Amino acid sequence: MILVVVAHAGGRVSRSALGLVAAARQIGRRGPVAALVLGHGVAGVAAEIAPYVDQVLVADREDLAQYDPQVWAAAVAQIAREGEADTILVTASRSGRELSARVAVKLDAALLEDVVSVADQQGALVAERYSCLARVTERIEALSPVVVVAIKPGVFAAAEPTGAEPGEQYDVDLALPPARVRVIGKVRYATGRIALADADVVVSGGRGVGDAAGFERLIVGLADQLGAAVGASRAVVDAGWRPYSDQVGQTGKTVQPKVYIAVGISGAVQHLSGMNKSRLIVAINKDSEAPIFRVCDFGIVGNVESVVPAMIEQIAAARLSPAGS
Amino acid sequence: MRILTVIRQVLDAEESVYVDNRAVDLKGRKLVMDTMDEYGVEEALRIRERGAEAEIVAVGIGPARIEEALRSALSMGADRAIHVETGEEVDPIALSGVVAAIANKEAAQMIFCGGQQADWDSQALGAAVAERLDWPALTWTRKLELKGNTLAGQRDAEDGVESFEVDLPAVVTTQQDLNEPRYPTLPNIMKAKKKEIRRETLESFGVALKVRNHGVEAQNRERLRQVIDGRDAAAAAAQLIAMLREKTGVIA
Ligand SMILES: Cc1cc2nc3c(=O)[nH]c(=O)nc-3n(C[C@H](O)[C@H](O)[C@H](O)COP(=O)(O)OP(=O)(O)OC[C@H]3O[C@@H](n4cnc5c(N)ncnc54)[C@H](O)[C@@H]3O)c2cc1C
Ligand SMILES: Nc1ncnc2c1ncn2[C@@H]1O[C@H](COP(=O)(O)O)[C@@H](O)[C@H]1O
Repeated sequence: MILVVVAHAGGRVSRSALGLVAAARQIGRRGPVAALVLGHGVAGVAAEIAPYVDQVLVADREDLAQYDPQVWAAAVAQIAREGEADTILVTASRSGRELSARVAVKLDAALLEDVVSVADQQGALVAERYSCLARVTERIEALSPVVVVAIKPGVFAAAEPTGAEPGEQYDVDLALPPARVRVIGKVRYATGRIALADADVVVSGGRGVGDAAGFERLIVGLADQLGAAVGASRAVVDAGWRPYSDQVGQTGKTVQPKVYIAVGISGAVQHLSGMNKSRLIVAINKDSEAPIFRVCDFGIVGNVESVVPAMIEQIAAARLSPAGS
Repeated sequence: MRILTVIRQVLDAEESVYVDNRAVDLKGRKLVMDTMDEYGVEEALRIRERGAEAEIVAVGIGPARIEEALRSALSMGADRAIHVETGEEVDPIALSGVVAAIANKEAAQMIFCGGQQADWDSQALGAAVAERLDWPALTWTRKLELKGNTLAGQRDAEDGVESFEVDLPAVVTTQQDLNEPRYPTLPNIMKAKKKEIRRETLESFGVALKVRNHGVEAQNRERLRQVIDGRDAAAAAAQLIAMLREKTGVIA
């Protein structure tokens, strides 16, 4: 059995979970694909994933309402054991990477972490992943029969429904430990824009935009024109101009959009590691020596204060005039 | 109380990466303690400086050269170090067995681990160590305070900033904002030369590798690097928009 741990948010299956299903079908291991839905009030999530898989295993419990890696790992490991799963797929989000490491220890399994490809080769799972701040691709092989695979979000396109009957649903009984980390407060980041991981275009701003107001006017303004997600460098997040959820880089998010537009960003390796897989990279920076120009496809050496408003104006004008479209 | 800080030695972030014979070529390159681990050493020192009685032990697993990174930790102020020598590339799940065994032997109450290692880009070690010990882990910690036996602080979750409390023992993984690591002073560098580095062999821990690395390939994505002058902002903007329209289809 291939066990797919279904990430969900706001009562909906996350897009990355359908990527896991696609990976499960491509791996080339025999057995049914089972979706595992953990949480509280997740009947809708279970119903939504059912057409994509052979079975849906559901644990709908109050003590799973809040994600806790220790508790969730116990749940995943117990179900993997009882179902004799040989492959456990998890989304390599931050929480997923923590979860996958714990599950691997519990199952005495190998962990293939944050992989961009995975395939069964004569019984052994072989995968590829980036390392050295995403500057090289590593080929790794799991040395154990049971393997936990954390799959980089956004790499596998969402699976289509199986076309057969929706997977049968089973409620599972679990013996779970109590959570030990007490979460005593949470400041949630505002969302509403398209998520960084889902966007075709990302406009990211750095210290070069000057201040929070400049970020709003230039970066958010340009992103609005392009229907793009907004990203930020660490310097911008540290200055408090943008929430941490916008940060791209080693300690932030990894993105690989069709187009990444870096505005007023110098191009430190820690930033590059989060965006250097983008299909096309555009840089706007007043310093022609800025390292970002060494990794860009198209660059403008110029002041963001004049170049970005000109872009916003021209895109808006083109949209308004029929001749421009 | 005893605090372990796990140390890895990695290529300095400013160094370019060269691949030779399917391995990252480290010959003659500048190798340093992973910045992520510096935050852990610094935080352990601050916990002590705020009044907790603590012995701080730096732990490294790797070839002879990593002793330099362990010395850096000692120069910052760690009390002693344990060096598990091996030339093997030990995956994080196997490695967690070594760190957990040392934690048990040393009766450690707290373990610092880098949030994401700069060599493997791995986030697994901290969580895996915690799981082996049946401890909680605070990952991506941005603020930390020890009150008696309770750690309080803030961490970055995916959708917001969480304030947490947890009773020791616990694993803490670091990130950039946690603190500003100190530079070792000359007297402390001198003192560090006399501090103990205990050597152990990987074999004595009896861990089985879980992952084999078949080698790496450089990422040679050719970039067009077409860079234009933006003094005429309107003209430059028009050129960029035309390029996006033709090459990408993201502008209609
Ligand atoms: C362990 C570790 C982890 C890190 N993780 C991350 C991470 O995840 N993400 C990240 O981004 N960083 C990360 N960093 C920080 C990283 O090293 C850089 O400090 C950071 O990316 C710099 O942000 P910046 O490019 O916005 O600022 P700067 O480096 O200050 O660059 C600003 C740029 O703006 C340009 N500029 C200024 N004014 C104008 C103008 N008017 N018009 C046009 N251009 C202008 C300047 O020429 C300059 O190139 C990390 C660092 C460490 C040590
Ligand atoms: N790896 C995961 N697998 C399944 N669900 C997850 C995972 N990570 C997060 N979630 C879900 O997403 C919600 C938000 O998690 P987090 O972003 O970690 O706070 C949790 O309450 C879970 O329901």
